[in-house]
Amino acid sequence: MESLVLKSHRFRAEREADWKKLEALLDRFERGRGSQLTDDEVVSIPVLYRSALSSLSAARAVSLDQNLISYLESLCTRAYFCVYGTRSTFLERITRFFRKDWPTAVRDLWRETIVSALFGLLGAFTAFFLVRSGAQWFYAFMPRELSEGRDPSASAKDLRDVLFDNKHGAEGLTFFSSFLFTHNAEIALLAFALGFACCLPSAFLVFYNGLTLGALYAVYFDRGLGVELGGWLFIHGVTELFAITLAGAAGFKIGWALAFPGKMERLDGMIKAGREAGLVMVGVVIMLGVAGLLEGFARQLINDTIVRYSIAALTALGWGAYFYLYRPAR
Amino acid sequence: MSLSDPMLEKRVRELVTPEGVDLRVVLADASERFGAFALDIVFIVVALIVLSIAAFLMAMATGGTGVEFIATIWILGFFALRVFYFTFFEMQPRAATPGKRIMGLRVAKRDGSALTADAIFVRNAMRELEIFLPLTFLFVGGEAVDGWIALFALLWCGVFAFFPLFNRDRLRIGDIVAGTWVVHVPKRVLAGDLAAQPPSLAFTREALDAYGIRELSVLEDVLRQKDPQTMEAVARRIRHKIGSQDGLRDVEFLQAYYTALRGRLEQRMLFGKRKRDKHDKS
Repeated sequence: MESLVLKSHRFRAEREADWKKLEALLDRFERGRGSQLTDDEVVSIPVLYRSALSSLSAARAVSLDQNLISYLESLCTRAYFCVYGTRSTFLERITRFFRKDWPTAVRDLWRETIVSALFGLLGAFTAFFLVRSGAQWFYAFMPRELSEGRDPSASAKDLRDVLFDNKHGAEGLTFFSSFLFTHNAEIALLAFALGFACCLPSAFLVFYNGLTLGALYAVYFDRGLGVELGGWLFIHGVTELFAITLAGAAGFKIGWALAFPGKMERLDGMIKAGREAGLVMVGVVIMLGVAGLLEGFARQLINDTIVRYSIAALTALGWGAYFYLYRPAR
Repeated sequence: MSLSDPMLEKRVRELVTPEGVDLRVVLADASERFGAFALDIVFIVVALIVLSIAAFLMAMATGGTGVEFIATIWILGFFALRVFYFTFFEMQPRAATPGKRIMGLRVAKRDGSALTADAIFVRNAMRELEIFLPLTFLFVGGEAVDGWIALFALLWCGVFAFFPLFNRDRLRIGDIVAGTWVVHVPKRVLAGDLAAQPPSLAFTREALDAYGIRELSVLEDVLRQKDPQTMEAVARRIRHKIGSQDGLRDVEFLQAYYTALRGRLEQRMLFGKRKRDKHDKS
């Protein structure tokens, strides 16, 4: 009554060799030796993948062998991720990031960037006027460990020394700059991640960053050292403050998509916002690396206010032109 | 782990390839996600300890002159581990950190498109909010801020940390923002075909209609596990149900019945009838 050997067994016997071949190729690909596959092998993966897929559909219709079906499902899923995975190499990806993705993403974020910058400025002005009206305000804005003796009770000479004294010497600079970089990068990541909570914590963080800046500036301004402090701050600060403003802006973008999804579904809106904001954040980490180098090396080695200002202007022009003037083909 | 398991069935999601075949991916559950994360943390801590010991030995070897350089390497290494450990490994072809690999998991886009470097960066940048921020409040909370404020901050952060437990797809905040999820991609071994030989025993039509597909897959599991006690018990029940008086050994009997039953059910399936289980009368 039944044919002697099952049809599903014959089905399997005929195709098994191809599956094993695909499995062996995937094993090598996943072990990260993709570059060692020969051209013929690379070309054969999609072909074998499609035949495995049609085996899977057929097996679901003709076979009741659970092991066979789950094997084919796992094989096809692995092959699917291989075939439809990212195809560009790491280097291509990096090039595209600098040539197109990063400046485009930053430019698209201009509204949020303005808002974020306004929060930072608001913080700076608030602290500036409050500290000038009463010195005790300074201690409310500035954590003691950050001020390092740069407070209203310090003499003008002490304050001046901080700006121009290389107390770290050339020796401590690499450590100092790497410390600054990691510290600032963590703050920027936080400003971004906090955006998820409907923008408010990001706004606060940017505002607070402005407060410390404004408080410090007020102290120096009162001793007639405002211009000198500007050079000391902006040589790296243009890059660093811009980066933190962008991190806040990226946080706003996500928080806004969550709070006011508009016509999109909330989840889809988040994904779209997350993709763009993520690109900006990769760039922010890079900018903070640059800022850390400027702060650790350039500021400690260059003690002339005019040179400091010209470097600051140069970085401002550079970033501005790169983000807002340079128009890559979309 | 058979696909007829109802707990597993709840975690199966549709993933239709451009060729139009549904791959039926299985999502990772919360315990597997947590296990993978715990493993990764262990690896990071071990790497940090090794890094510190190496830095210390180097400092000793240079007699203190290279301390600054070594400290720089250490602090950059710490930062790289914290921020790029997950990102680096998830950008590899397997799209999984070592912890996820051990648990048989990988990251994938929810819409089935290619996983991009941006998505991986975003889903891991969000860890800052989910893991490191609550940890900060947990450890420094006591001294720096008022205890109550720290407690409320911790609770607020906890909402993010435990987010995966409150949705069906076990998404973290990072997954939501990046449009990813974490799926099971276990490597399965193709075991031998149990129906390679024709059945050594003939069964009546009634005997083969006694069971359906669910029982067949249970029988397959029994035959593959080869536990003598289970096989004896199962063989006794089947013999009783179909009234067989054969003199075969349990294994041979089950093997023969499996092959015959599968042949019968597959034949009916070709004619468009899937007999789900023994209660499915048709």
